[in-house]
Amino acid sequence: MSILNSQINRNAPDYAVNCSAMQTLVTDLRELLARVAEGGGAKAQERHLSRGKLLPRQRIDALLDPGSPFLEIGQLTAHEVYGEDVPAAGLIAGIGRVEGVECMIVANDATVKGGSYYPLTVKKHLRAQTIAQQNRLPCIYLVDSGGANLPRQDEVFPDREHFGRIFFNQANMSAQGIPQIAVVMGSCTAGGAYVPAMADEAIMVRNQATIFLAGPPLVKAATGEVVSAEDLGGADVHCKTSGVADHYAENDEHALAIARRCIANLNWRKQGELNSRAPINPRYASDELYGIIPADAKQPFDVREVVARLVDDSQFDEFKALYGTTLVCGFAHLHGHPVAILANNGILFAESAQKGAHFIELACQRGIPLLFLQNITGFMVGQKYEAGGIAKHGAKLVTAVACAQVPKFTVIIGGSFGAGNYGMCGRAYDPRFLWMWPNARISVMGGEQAAGVLVQVKHEQAERAGETFSAEQEQTLRKPILEQYERQGHPYYSSARLWDDGVIDPAQTRDVLGLAISAALNAPIVPTRFGVFRM
Amino acid sequence: MINTLLIANRGEIACRVMRTAREMGITTVAVHSDVDRQAQHVLQADIAIGLGGAKPADSYLLVDKILAAAHASGAQAIHPGYGFLSENAGFARACEEQGLIFVGPPASAIDAMGSKSAAKALMEKAGVPLVPGYHGDEQDLQTFITAAERIGYPVLLKATAGGGGKGMKVVEREADMAEALASAQREAQSSFGDARMLVEKYVLQPRHVEIQVFADQHGNGVYLNERDCSIQRRHQKVVEEAPAPGLSSELRKAMGDAAVKAAQAIGYVGAGTVEFLLDARGEFFFMEMNTRLQVEHPVTEAITGQDLVAWQLRVAQGEKLPLTQEQVPLMGHAIEVRLYAEDTDNDFLPASGTLQLYREPPAGKGRRVDSGVTEGDVVSPFYDPMIAKLIAWGETREEARLSLLAMLRETVVAGVQTNLKFLTRILAHPAFAQAELDTGFIPRHAEQLLPAPEALNEQFWRTAAKAWLLAMPGASSVTSKSAARASGPWTDLTSWRAGLPAQSRLHLRCGELDQPFAAVDVTGCSYCPATQTLLITEAQQTRRYRLLISDGALYLHWHNSWQRIDRFDPIAEVDHSHQHAGGLQAPMNGSVVRVMVEPGQQVEAGAVLLVLEAMKMEHSIRAAEAGTVKAIFCAEGELIAEGTLLVEMEEAQ
Repeated sequence: MSILNSQINRNAPDYAVNCSAMQTLVTDLRELLARVAEGGGAKAQERHLSRGKLLPRQRIDALLDPGSPFLEIGQLTAHEVYGEDVPAAGLIAGIGRVEGVECMIVANDATVKGGSYYPLTVKKHLRAQTIAQQNRLPCIYLVDSGGANLPRQDEVFPDREHFGRIFFNQANMSAQGIPQIAVVMGSCTAGGAYVPAMADEAIMVRNQATIFLAGPPLVKAATGEVVSAEDLGGADVHCKTSGVADHYAENDEHALAIARRCIANLNWRKQGELNSRAPINPRYASDELYGIIPADAKQPFDVREVVARLVDDSQFDEFKALYGTTLVCGFAHLHGHPVAILANNGILFAESAQKGAHFIELACQRGIPLLFLQNITGFMVGQKYEAGGIAKHGAKLVTAVACAQVPKFTVIIGGSFGAGNYGMCGRAYDPRFLWMWPNARISVMGGEQAAGVLVQVKHEQAERAGETFSAEQEQTLRKPILEQYERQGHPYYSSARLWDDGVIDPAQTRDVLGLAISAALNAPIVPTRFGVFRM
Repeated sequence: MINTLLIANRGEIACRVMRTAREMGITTVAVHSDVDRQAQHVLQADIAIGLGGAKPADSYLLVDKILAAAHASGAQAIHPGYGFLSENAGFARACEEQGLIFVGPPASAIDAMGSKSAAKALMEKAGVPLVPGYHGDEQDLQTFITAAERIGYPVLLKATAGGGGKGMKVVEREADMAEALASAQREAQSSFGDARMLVEKYVLQPRHVEIQVFADQHGNGVYLNERDCSIQRRHQKVVEEAPAPGLSSELRKAMGDAAVKAAQAIGYVGAGTVEFLLDARGEFFFMEMNTRLQVEHPVTEAITGQDLVAWQLRVAQGEKLPLTQEQVPLMGHAIEVRLYAEDTDNDFLPASGTLQLYREPPAGKGRRVDSGVTEGDVVSPFYDPMIAKLIAWGETREEARLSLLAMLRETVVAGVQTNLKFLTRILAHPAFAQAELDTGFIPRHAEQLLPAPEALNEQFWRTAAKAWLLAMPGASSVTSKSAARASGPWTDLTSWRAGLPAQSRLHLRCGELDQPFAAVDVTGCSYCPATQTLLITEAQQTRRYRLLISDGALYLHWHNSWQRIDRFDPIAEVDHSHQHAGGLQAPMNGSVVRVMVEPGQQVEAGAVLLVLEAMKMEHSIRAAEAGTVKAIFCAEGELIAEGTLLVEMEEAQ
């Protein structure tokens, strides 16, 4: 057993500078998240409440077990995307415990644009369903939405990963035995009507909920029939006559209590088995992470200092500690669950890539979840390395990451650039969850490098044309590229587009991971079959 | 020789008697009503025999059945406890006739003390001091004026046939006599149909001091010192102590001698109590004699080191008294309080229900708890609502008082209202600490002893919510509590939120009140399961709250009482309101006295449908709205439990 011994000097000037830089980022993040949590704002909330409805976050609290954590995803979705405020894309999604069962909860926020589906709302809904499907989490949909955002129908309706996929997912999850519960607490029109209709069990709130394929105006236009919304598709109609819904609720709170009973009656068992033990806090305070991450992203730091603040008792049994040292691999426990950690400690070389592939094989043999702490500028370049087969060694790592069937979790704690992103389980490699720290950056390469490449190309073009390329011209060229990379590489930009599941306070990383690993154990841990490793 | 003893009683006294009987190697026989089938006194007995019924008249007062039970079980003796048949001369006589030992005085002695006026005449003859008064037949004003002059003002006019304060008047001076007499006579006439009055000295600041006497069949009599029972509420003793504070040994001897004389005057045998009024000047007057073991006997046991039940059983078997008067010790001081199931905020109405929580203070030096219930038992409306007696002994009165206060604080009762807070306030009152005792204590300090009930404020709900969140993780969960589920981040990280304060909203309920969603932040709070304490740190102040978790509910110790807190259940709420629409349920345990309607009958809103009797009071069940009676599910005389559906109604359209 090996305890990580922190070398951090809390009194060093660097530490204070780092702390204050990270604190600024975290404060900004928390303020932004608090604003997002306000949904459509005070006025819209008041109007919503005056109808006797609970706000979406109140609904979630009433649905959850008392004191249950809520692991929200995509809080920043649609942030500064549409030129208008659509907080959280008008859809709150996350994992919480209901009757002792971790469930994926997807709640429309009718205070945001009537809960209508923007393209990113669809993407978030689908992302939540993907998480539910991969981790076998029962789904509870709290429906209160006007349906698709009609002006953007081309971006929400026709494609594979558009609106229709929601129902495709519902049907297939139900087929896999992942329960689908819908609580209709507001309107649920047209395509939306399929959320309750395709659910295993559906609950409707009287005088609030309506389900119909076409609303009263459309009915009147089509057939001339004049009918009220309640008579057309209210709870009375659907619970007593049509059978579209199963449970009749007097109000929101009643409906949510019935949903809890539905979960209580699932006979749910977690299928993932780990040899877990009682959790122990790390030996070092989590907020010391603020002082460890250099304010200047170019400065290196020992990633073991991060690991020491994430894992139980700061205990870390390192694998091949003396070989391929730029990738730190080792076993630890996190909130009691065993994890196999891969953490960047510099650029990836052939040795470190091979070591990583070997370590992933170990984790998959043993059924241990993988945790990637990503801070990578890429694989080493240069003639010597190309000749040494860096590409095939990198491919080994990418193959191992791609094929690994144990639950994978990725946290981008610094840079995420180029093929390093692949080798360290970027979004495309289907980690169960992927989070970013507020200091992180993600792009195909660093802004400096991109600008450098472009400047290089321009220089060559100028030389060929016999022209000169002034320092001033170079600056003019570099500036917009640097700005573009900084803007698009920013974690908020990434999170707004759901390239990740959220930007998190580094001090909460351990808890986020603990909750996620535990939730992932709802699904069985299946054996892995790796592809061909190029030797 | 008694080797089998039947105890014709229930509750704590039955358990108390059995304890000594068991120690003496005697087989114990309990009798019980139908509702007491699982009561402690039944479970503790070697043999239990059912009497049927519920009301005392249908069970514990059935002489023939009890005698039959004694014969059937082979008991040689019957201990009557207190109450029920304990002072029933007919019962004592029936025992004698059937060759059973009645553990108590001879029937003749019960008879002699049974009639208050006859008892007084007897005592007067025996030279026991009485409250001076006039009890004659002449009823004219002049007779009363003369009598009052002889007695000395102030005097008390009382209806001869009276009771309960009716026809009672205090007269301060002669000038008021005419008017007071006329008014009292009018009241007596209207209340009792008998205008006859008597007049007695009005004893100022009287104390209730009683002497424990014991006599054997060989003519020996001793007194085991006195008890002060001045803390009373409407003649109901609440706190009792021994010895009486400030009583001189001369006065003790004078009262003791008078009491023994009184007992001997009627040929008394066994344990008895002679009650006196003691006035502020140290004069004492005979009130009455109780021919049984008293509720408050443990304080006497505590200061004498004797077991009075053992004395009773020995004397009943013809043994001599174990001690002579000179050998009777008096050690330290003892105080007893009576824990009642009653609603102190509602004129002390008896309370009933299930003891969802019942924890007695732990045993310790000088501590004693006599009770006949355990957690989960039902306090039924049919019997005396006393749950337990707490007794503390100390070298000094103050030591005993503080010890008893500690015991009260350690006592936990929930599910049934009790006088626990009231008792605590009495014991903690400076006037009680100063032993300023007289029978006016409770009315005089009523304001402090019975403050207006406090509303549950916002701080209560916040604390309750924090307690719930921290102490009840997964409490409502129906899934199996396997090790993996019992701990881990999903239970450990209370109200955890991503990038937002650890806040959640809870809808809680406490009794009839509920608090809808208020945001609670559990930052700075922790719960220690080992000690069941909640620590809340706010503004650099850490406060400790006691919690108990029992049967899926959370109890919070708030302002000296235990509050049961449940998560609001919307499903139950909706179901309940639906039931209300169609049917009418019994609001409490009781019996159906009258059914006023029949199926098919049309009734107006507010019409009385049936009448229940519970807690010695009648309650009318009325139609909430106009409609038709669809069905009636009970019959007159039937016992019904709280919540039983009694009548189904169909609302008029």
